[in-house]
Amino acid sequence: MAARREFLASTAALLAAPWTPARAAQGDFDAALRALTFGAPLGDGRVQLRTPRLADNGLSVPLEVRVDSPMTPADHVLRIALLSDRNPRALIASFAIGPFAGRAMVTTRVRLSGSQRVWALAQLSDGSWWQDSAEVEVTESACLDTP
Amino acid sequence: MPARLLVPEHARAGEVVAVRVLIQHPMETGFSHDMAGALIARNVIHTLIARYAGQEIFRAEMGSGIAANPMLQFWTIARASGAITLEWVDDRGVRGSVSASIVVEP
Repeated sequence: MAARREFLASTAALLAAPWTPARAAQGDFDAALRALTFGAPLGDGRVQLRTPRLADNGLSVPLEVRVDSPMTPADHVLRIALLSDRNPRALIASFAIGPFAGRAMVTTRVRLSGSQRVWALAQLSDGSWWQDSAEVEVTESACLDTP
Repeated sequence: MPARLLVPEHARAGEVVAVRVLIQHPMETGFSHDMAGALIARNVIHTLIARYAGQEIFRAEMGSGIAANPMLQFWTIARASGAITLEWVDDRGVRGSVSASIVVEP
């Protein structure tokens, strides 16, 4: 009798387990944003985030960030960061570049835990922060516990 | 960790060239479970540094949000002939590197 109860309890735990980190708390997004910008205002315009509007698979979504900057020693981009408002961890990645890059542009592939808004932030050499965001529709999430 | 680095073999001085890298790595998120239901520890390439003729030109700090077998593309100004070297380390402390040389004509 007890063995059956234990079996049921462990099975229930197993079934419940994969779903625990289903989405980031809004708190994690805010904390990640604050850790990057220290509450600096975010300007609109100079950053361009390009993603597919619809992603079949959240495991690998191509993403391209381009920042409008002359990339000279006096005026360049220092950092490009990617944030998600629904992944278990809001900060996807942070890239450090500089005037030697010539072009303020980074391309990568990200995991998205379901349909959400993805943010690209850029810090310029004068310390200002700029942002762009894009809504991505994901038909198959990356955080399901299947191979 | 097998990796492939793509940079143009030749470039003119001052030309802005693309550097693209593909690394074979599972980028374990730390949120998935194995067959027995135990949590698989996070193992991602958390830091990657690119150097061109010894000078750092790009640095990536990554988390579980980067897809498995990470691909990164960034840009650099072709200044002089030399090697572009990328080095990285994952959560288990495993290091990897890949290098390619570029010939810069004046």
